[in-house]
Amino acid sequence: MLLINCPYCGPRPEAEFANGGQAHIARPADPMSLTDDEWAAYLYMRDNTKGLHHERWRHANGCGRFFNASRDTTTDVIKRTYRMGERPEAEHQGAKP
Amino acid sequence: MLSPAIMRSNALSPMQSSGTTAASTTSLSVLPDAAKLVFRGKTEAIEAAGAHFGVKPSLEACRFAAVGGRSVYWLGPDEWLFQAVNENPIEVFGGMSAALQGQACSLVDVSHRSDGIAVAGPTAALVLNHGCPLDLSLKAFPVGMCTRTVLGKASLLLSRSEEHVFHVDVWRSFAPYVWQFLDEARSLS
Ligand SMILES: [Zn+2]
Repeated sequence: MLLINCPYCGPRPEAEFANGGQAHIARPADPMSLTDDEWAAYLYMRDNTKGLHHERWRHANGCGRFFNASRDTTTDVIKRTYRMGERPEAEHQGAKP
Repeated sequence: MLSPAIMRSNALSPMQSSGTTAASTTSLSVLPDAAKLVFRGKTEAIEAAGAHFGVKPSLEACRFAAVGGRSVYWLGPDEWLFQAVNENPIEVFGGMSAALQGQACSLVDVSHRSDGIAVAGPTAALVLNHGCPLDLSLKAFPVGMCTRTVLGKASLLLSRSEEHVFHVDVWRSFAPYVWQFLDEARSLS
């Protein structure tokens, strides 16, 4: 089974985790000033990255916390996990952060 | 607050006498009811809660501390479970919430939410591993460790109080399923 490194609990089996979709999507500060298209883009449009992808995961059956993971979508290898509020490591920022 | 008039029965009480008759080196037993409080808050508040409770909560991940029948389990970086075996939940909750006045934290009485099972014997880890994917070797899961994890289809809190004794704390509605799962597993191992 794939092991995922929870930033709080350490390496744990994949079955304990839930994927939370693409990371680092900031909610627009003033939604009322957005067009419908801009709001729809925020709500629904996501990258479909081939390669390194920064995404949210939750240690749902563990500490319960959300964190971020930089995962290669072609190999399923998770290069690094990091806590909420932190940025992806510079060497991994080639893809859209 | 819950009325003391509302009593409940342990979801596992019908299970105790219904185990397999297969000889097994692993025993299952129902743990006594306990007052259980889930606390969430930052360092200052958890220290105050621990001082009142009489058990120093672990700040290290996935560890529990126990003094007599009282124990505190680390659940997350700002989340702990306070457990007092055979104590009245209303009194424990009342004392804790009074001691935490003015602190920024949350405290929830979850005493009626879950029931406990002790899995004991030299093959206890093997029995649990029938449905739990964690490495339960002493090196990876030492005595004093606790964590929420999965067993089969159920989510539960697993802790190791002795080398060959694990405690499982599982929500009521899953408790008979987990009991039967472990009972079947121990008959195979
Ligand atoms: Zn975790």
